[in-house]
Amino acid sequence: MDLALDDSQAALTAAFADLLAKHATTDAVRAAESTGFDPALWSELCEVGVVEMAVPESAGGWGATVLDLVLVAEQVGAAIAPAPVIEAQVAAGLLAALGSEPGGSAPADVLAGRRVATLAVRPATGRVAALVPAAAIADEALVLAGERLVIVPLDATNRRPVANLAAAPLADVTLDGAVALAEGPEAVAGFEHALDRWLVLTAGALVGLGAAAHRVTCAYARERTAWGVPIGVHQGVAHPLADGATAIDGARLLAYRAGWAMDHAEPRGPELAALAFGFAAETARRVTYDAVHFHGGVGFTLEADPQLYYRRARGWARVWGAPRDAYRRAARLRRGTQAA
Amino acid sequence: MDFAPDGSLQAFRDEVRSFLAREMTPELDERVYRTGVSHDDTFVRRLAERGWVGADWERTDGHRRLDPYEVHVLVDELTKVEAPIYALITTEMVANVIRHVGSDELKALVLPRFLRGEVTIALGMTEPEAGSDVAAVRTRARRDGDQWIVNGQKMFTTNGHVTDYVFLLTRTRPDGPKHAGLTMFLVQLDQPGIEIQAVHTLSGERTNMVFLDDVVVEDRWRIGDVHGGWKALMIALQDEHSAPFSPHLARIVEEAEAWFGATGRLGDPDVEQHLGRWAAVLEVAQLLELRTTWLSANGVTPVAEGPMSKLFSTEAIVGAAEDLTEMTGPDALRSRLDPTAVREGRLEHALRFSLGTTIYAGTSEIQRNIVAQHACGLPRAERG
Repeated sequence: MDLALDDSQAALTAAFADLLAKHATTDAVRAAESTGFDPALWSELCEVGVVEMAVPESAGGWGATVLDLVLVAEQVGAAIAPAPVIEAQVAAGLLAALGSEPGGSAPADVLAGRRVATLAVRPATGRVAALVPAAAIADEALVLAGERLVIVPLDATNRRPVANLAAAPLADVTLDGAVALAEGPEAVAGFEHALDRWLVLTAGALVGLGAAAHRVTCAYARERTAWGVPIGVHQGVAHPLADGATAIDGARLLAYRAGWAMDHAEPRGPELAALAFGFAAETARRVTYDAVHFHGGVGFTLEADPQLYYRRARGWARVWGAPRDAYRRAARLRRGTQAA
Repeated sequence: MDFAPDGSLQAFRDEVRSFLAREMTPELDERVYRTGVSHDDTFVRRLAERGWVGADWERTDGHRRLDPYEVHVLVDELTKVEAPIYALITTEMVANVIRHVGSDELKALVLPRFLRGEVTIALGMTEPEAGSDVAAVRTRARRDGDQWIVNGQKMFTTNGHVTDYVFLLTRTRPDGPKHAGLTMFLVQLDQPGIEIQAVHTLSGERTNMVFLDDVVVEDRWRIGDVHGGWKALMIALQDEHSAPFSPHLARIVEEAEAWFGATGRLGDPDVEQHLGRWAAVLEVAQLLELRTTWLSANGVTPVAEGPMSKLFSTEAIVGAAEDLTEMTGPDALRSRLDPTAVREGRLEHALRFSLGTTIYAGTSEIQRNIVAQHACGLPRAERG
């Protein structure tokens, strides 16, 4: 039992924190709001192997653990970075698992991040995959359509970028030009496993996002005075912030725990991934509301940062679902595990 | 990072469970509930025979000292089945204070008997006018040669009607800062001048008011320095803050899950949503608790982390009891041990029991004050 990061985990976290502090400031985040994508940031991230790390060594990647990826996602979330890190990692991992290239490697372009693949986290309805994350800027999307897993090369004819709450690069995608990668149980299992990974990594990102918003709010509550005292003196402000700090610590531990469980092939791994997503989404929802609210009128302006976190806390989660959807998924997985 | 428990921990958990399967009989369970007294001499002696009383103490009596994770498992399992250990918990708190600041005479008198499960001590800390602000106590101890004359009253002295002693917080200097004029005593309860009155609570637990009228206490029963009661109290409260609450939450969630299973409702999307949420909250409560154990095991005082754990688990108990009894429907109203009750009425009892948890051992508001100060860096409000 050891809840501290080991040396390599600490180094990984610090490396990404440094890179993002330099290239994903809130100014840079604002500058990228029209597309939800910062190509310069993306190339910096690819330079340090952000996609390669998520693919097993046997498929040409570095074979980082899920827990390592959760730690990276936490930093990405803390910076609310306009870069499709989680989607690209999960899609590359799925491509590698399906052995899409001769020799079973993931495509070199995808590993290097030159070609961005993404995952439709909700299966297609009919011929449309709606609000696919990163699809507005990705080169291809992996979509589960019925019991077929297809790859859709994306272009202006089959994707429609959608302006959205989170200023994320979302697009509605039609399946024109789709090529089948797998069918039947193999396709469904591949998608489900990729979704488990997306859920736990997004949980990590939401923890980072929530913690960043909370830190900004605590600093404001210390500095902002009203009637001669810092507003953080008042229990009406301090107590929700204490609840937020507690929930964030809990959400972080649960995201790490879920990532670790998946690395160790615990039967409860997928269930824990869904629980971690639900709790992180709930926590990010609450602390980002508090962030806007405790900044008062300032918090309602676009100039202040809290709204950046508030919008992404909802958008990043809801492209897949609400906390309740995650809890239902977890409950179903739990029954499956117990029945087995 | 490594979430795997040490190899032998599961075996130890199994050992505790098989002990409980033998000793925690349905008759004992029912008696504890009906009397509202969470103590049983035989049960505590059985624990002591295994070295599970003062389990994390340095031992000279041949028993192996348990490591912090084993203690965590032991307390987790005992709490989960609502074993009658409340008098043991309070006795251990006080024994620990005596171990740290007691005189050699007191140590010799109390500690060996404690480790054998042969002495019981209740807490005489708060008073009707003090509540959570224990330093505001008014019970007065006046020195008279080598003895003290004590007058006052104590509130929430749970088990005081069955224990041997009370750990008594008194005011020995009426003027000056309120924290600096307190002294602690170990007071025998069976003596003239002491009257104990039952106070019945919402959960069925019986607690007590203790009235002290010219009670004579020899100075050798003092614990710690004269006017040094606050220090002794802090040692005791540190223990109180580390009591686990997640096992209670686990019990409530499991009872609800079993009930929904028995009534064929586990696949109902509403049930899935609510049970799933409490499953997530339970994981978090357990992880926050494990974190305090891990910090303590590594010599770090969990200043904010302990309060976070207590706050989160107890608020979750309140929320889960409310929500899961609503999900159960009208049948959740059937009381504990009513013949028509489902799951022996344990969900109804959870609703009653839950309300105390966010009050005793430091209210949620006190925990939030600590977290706001130490984890959020917020300024402390002015207070007396």
